[in-house]
Amino acid sequence: MSARIPLVGKPIERIEDRKLLLGRGSFADDIHRDGMLHAAILRSSVGHGLIRHIDVSAARALEGVHAVFSAEEIGRPVPRIPVRLFPNDGMDPFRQPVIADGKVRFVGEPIAIVIADTPAIAEDALELIEVDIEVFPAVTSIAAAVAGPALLFESHGSNRIFGYEIRRDELADIFETAAYTRRERLYVHRHTGITMETRGVVAEWNAADGYMRCWGAVKVPFANRKILAGMLDLPEDKVEMIEGNAGGSFGVRGEFFPEDFLIPFAARKLGRPVKWIEDRREHLLAITHARDVECDIAIACDGDGHILGIRADMRMNIGAYFRTSTTIAPRNVGQFVPGPYRVPAYSADVAVIASNKSPSGTYRGPGRFEADFFRERMLDLAADDLGIDRVEFRRRNLLTEAELPKPFPAITPNPVVTELDSGAYEHVLDLCLAKANWADKQHLQGKLVDGRYHGLAVCCFVEGGAAGPRESARMVLEDDGTISLYVGSSAVGQGVETILTQIAADAMELPLDAIRVFHGSTTYVKEGWGSYHSRSTVMGGNAVLLAAAEIKSQMLAAGAGLLQCSGQEVSYENGRVIAQHGGSVGLKELAGKDIAFEATFHNSKHTYTYGSHVAHVAVDAETGHIEIVDYVAIEDAGRIINPLTLHGQAVGSIVQGLGGALLEHFVYDEDGQMLSGSLADYLVPLATDFPNIRTSSIELRPSPNHPLGAKGAGEGGTIPVGGLLANAVAAALRDFHVQPTELPLSPDRIWRLVQDAPAQSGA
Amino acid sequence: MKMPQFDYACPSSLEEAIQLLSDNEGAKVLSGGQSLLPLLAFRMAQPTLLVDIQKLAGMDRIEISADGLRVGARVRWCQIEDDKRLATAHPLFQFMINHVAHYQIRNRGTVGGSLAHADPSAEMPGVARVCDCDIVAVGNAGERVIKAADFFVAALETSLQEDEIITEVRFPPWPSGRRWAFHEFARRRGDFAIAGVAVFFDIGSDGVIADAHVGVIGAGDTPIRLDAVEQLLNGQRLDEELIGRARHLASETVDPQSDIHAAGDYRKSLVGTLTARGLRDAASSGAVK
Amino acid sequence: MKMRIEFELNGKPVSAEVEPRLTLGDCIRHELLQTGTHIGCEHGVCGACTVIVEGDAVRSCLTLAVQAAGKRVQTVEGLANGDNLAPLQQSFQKHHGLQCGFCTPGFLMTAHALLTHEPAADEERIREVLSGNVCRCTGYLSIVKAVMDARPAYQANKAVQS
Repeated sequence: MSARIPLVGKPIERIEDRKLLLGRGSFADDIHRDGMLHAAILRSSVGHGLIRHIDVSAARALEGVHAVFSAEEIGRPVPRIPVRLFPNDGMDPFRQPVIADGKVRFVGEPIAIVIADTPAIAEDALELIEVDIEVFPAVTSIAAAVAGPALLFESHGSNRIFGYEIRRDELADIFETAAYTRRERLYVHRHTGITMETRGVVAEWNAADGYMRCWGAVKVPFANRKILAGMLDLPEDKVEMIEGNAGGSFGVRGEFFPEDFLIPFAARKLGRPVKWIEDRREHLLAITHARDVECDIAIACDGDGHILGIRADMRMNIGAYFRTSTTIAPRNVGQFVPGPYRVPAYSADVAVIASNKSPSGTYRGPGRFEADFFRERMLDLAADDLGIDRVEFRRRNLLTEAELPKPFPAITPNPVVTELDSGAYEHVLDLCLAKANWADKQHLQGKLVDGRYHGLAVCCFVEGGAAGPRESARMVLEDDGTISLYVGSSAVGQGVETILTQIAADAMELPLDAIRVFHGSTTYVKEGWGSYHSRSTVMGGNAVLLAAAEIKSQMLAAGAGLLQCSGQEVSYENGRVIAQHGGSVGLKELAGKDIAFEATFHNSKHTYTYGSHVAHVAVDAETGHIEIVDYVAIEDAGRIINPLTLHGQAVGSIVQGLGGALLEHFVYDEDGQMLSGSLADYLVPLATDFPNIRTSSIELRPSPNHPLGAKGAGEGGTIPVGGLLANAVAAALRDFHVQPTELPLSPDRIWRLVQDAPAQSGA
Repeated sequence: MKMPQFDYACPSSLEEAIQLLSDNEGAKVLSGGQSLLPLLAFRMAQPTLLVDIQKLAGMDRIEISADGLRVGARVRWCQIEDDKRLATAHPLFQFMINHVAHYQIRNRGTVGGSLAHADPSAEMPGVARVCDCDIVAVGNAGERVIKAADFFVAALETSLQEDEIITEVRFPPWPSGRRWAFHEFARRRGDFAIAGVAVFFDIGSDGVIADAHVGVIGAGDTPIRLDAVEQLLNGQRLDEELIGRARHLASETVDPQSDIHAAGDYRKSLVGTLTARGLRDAASSGAVK
Repeated sequence: MKMRIEFELNGKPVSAEVEPRLTLGDCIRHELLQTGTHIGCEHGVCGACTVIVEGDAVRSCLTLAVQAAGKRVQTVEGLANGDNLAPLQQSFQKHHGLQCGFCTPGFLMTAHALLTHEPAADEERIREVLSGNVCRCTGYLSIVKAVMDARPAYQANKAVQS
């Protein structure tokens, strides 16, 4: 028999594509149920205030309206959304109620919900609800929130509602004795990964069975099932979450939001299926926001440019409440400042600040995008101050392979031990520089060509992946000899179905079409975790390997029985059990023998994809416009399952990073009104914006922490972009001595930096 | 968001359409809908009745004669883009319209719709203003020819009466050899302009500028003309010194608002920059663009 | 006040009772239950809802259903020949021109209209036209490549027709 060519590592076209291309996907708004009603949410138009009175009588009287619910009808105490990741008792007072009861703390917070025959009638009814709100002064900026006097939670006495300490060794007197120190205040603005499909929930209550079925689940259906079951006081197995297709996640979508309670609540109350589809304005107001962190950072080096220590004092503006994933960014921003560099002593304090903005949480590269902006900006400033080439400066400080694994700085409270696993950091830096023609382009630095100043920058990053604790996969041999693979991983557009099929097909030595992947329902496996922290390939993939190993041994045992020989006398090859005596049986013949297994992969160690990016920009100093002339990225993902989908992740991730660095910005006024409330105001990249991107993914250092060797990828493209772009702009405008300290690098900001520059160009 | 409730009519004659507008308070004309429907989608307008003018005859053509251009109110952006005659008949008009929005919008958006919407950052109001167009509207009182200068009153506000429908816009003839340029700065392709400057002038046999027109979008309540800059340019030879003065004057003349995309002082500077670039461009390009 | 409208959807006559305020996109999705067309913003920016009306790509969220009365409308469901992917769809699969797939029907209909009218469109033109559609996953490079690579099929079509 000819050797089977592995499918892992091949650019297999995606299994997911066909349905989507034919227009036969199944997104939340595609669900139509008999007797279905439609919901619309009345949201606070006030940033901070106290609800005195809600009059819903006119709305209830409107023809076609079935019900209007506010906190009154939902019942007190109103359920509050739990913190899913790294919960801490200290966060309890700051959790979000599923509907405002008394105070409103951000524009967009749900106040009431209308259920009507059509979405349009439900929205007509919203206009008839009268809400009397006593308006309080709002705080939106970090400075205002810190200064007060307006408090989101009066009894707490401060808008600083939590904090983390991150430490590595003692800074001691490093900053007093070092040959070189520099201190800066840097800021990363609020933006997020708005998804093309807005959120949506369809809920259907079966009163006879006491069973709640919800469509529209994304990212973490199992966690949300648990939360919802608790709020509805139902056993978990009486709540089902169905995923369907998900129109993007990027970390922001699929967490438990107020509507994930309100819609099932209404469906049960009315005994009719209820659909709610978020509109774009609501999405911009109420989706998980991200970033918005200020950092006073100081770096100390010796005279040769070796970093001795970094000290950071950070304030992260998380908006009005702690929600499911809010803890991640403030933790990461503190832990990731050292990145792939040797920072012998490190200290960061991260203050979590509440303000009258939408609650924040994870978005692609949470905390890491921000940390990399802070670090890479400081590296370029220090290198320039010390007169050391910026590449050479990085070489002197990158961790060598001999220094790995390298523990992260310790974080408290809720400590987690993690370490950089493996990597040839400097080697990949060299590969990136070579691909970008770095050396040949150095003559362009700061040069004015056809009215624009050219600049190049380089940076290095690490990306965390493969969050534990567990992931499940169940394999079942079907009657037709194919294998059904049920997984707890979620599909959010990243191609997980194809990836897991490749892994399973190789493990079972079968062709692709012999494997059928089922994901997207909480009924498929007992326990699933979902798709976040670049974990699905590593965690789901390893669960598949475990399940495959087990059902192969079941097949061997069953095959041995059929072939009338002992278990030692059979082997498994390409989907057949072969006996030493020459006979063999295929999978069809083994069907009916109850061959099935649900495996769980446990992992507490993270993977760290790493790499380097180079950007070449041209800056129009008169208009402030920045063009990306060339963008080169290389990342080592350890082991590549599908180069086609990985490349797609890499490019998409970089473009999102560029959007965040240059275009995307949630602007709030002092009263808490969000001014970026449409896609004409919240600017995401278009096809014409960033055509010049070159990325490659390589397999250099597999993760030593699990059998597959792959490292979580998909966020790495975003992480370094902010710092890199700011450094490239500084390089381009070096004759003006322009040093960006804030994102986004909007035309207005660049122009202002040039206007205010200490020195004008001689050009 | 879903639109608020309204009624809909699709009359087949102009008279009928005007009658519907006068009989129904709060009625609005629906042409391509590319400006009006987004307003409705945000429930920022609540018309009682939309009068769809898609069946009205004779408003969908571009006519070119020695008297200039007559552009029907229902002419869509894509028609202007595709009309090869305009490359010589009115290159500035065609070039500016190529900055309007995106492909799908250009397949439905119309000249009349954009004029009536009167967004001060939009290209069509800008080109009408800088070219001294006549805007023709018909209502119960008959036909009215309104100078572009009198048409735009404020942001999203025109001098149209409730019962009037724009039927066409007339451009003065465009002499061959005219120097022109249009520079627009937007955050992304197809976005509304943060600012845009259109310039055109003729060069007499004596080599000096005549009949200078400088129009600006995105820097005021309405599309504007920079009279002071035009006066500065007329009768002068275009050189870097003059361009520098024009740039400074243009910037000083405008008083733009701040919004989330750009502050007022940035926009002021931008108007100067785009004026200078436009003048250089126009000078060097001549009639060829 | 509901109105009865009739139009042609993917070659077949359809009718619906609609309020004037119903968009063409919502009508196709929720009255006619053809859910391939997606609604991404409802204010004419994202392009996800792009359909083809009388041969032109338009935003179905900025078109009222009543405005489409009597017209020919084509959606993503009308692109393939039964279950066989059209060349443009095949090209999207080959070049990984979609990830979550939500924006994809809009891109397909925009590109289909463009290449039907301009089968020789160059990369710059393709980019410019596609700038009316937002994709959050791909970064666009693979979409542009997929559309460029589909051009020969449209050029062949044009040659057959002429």
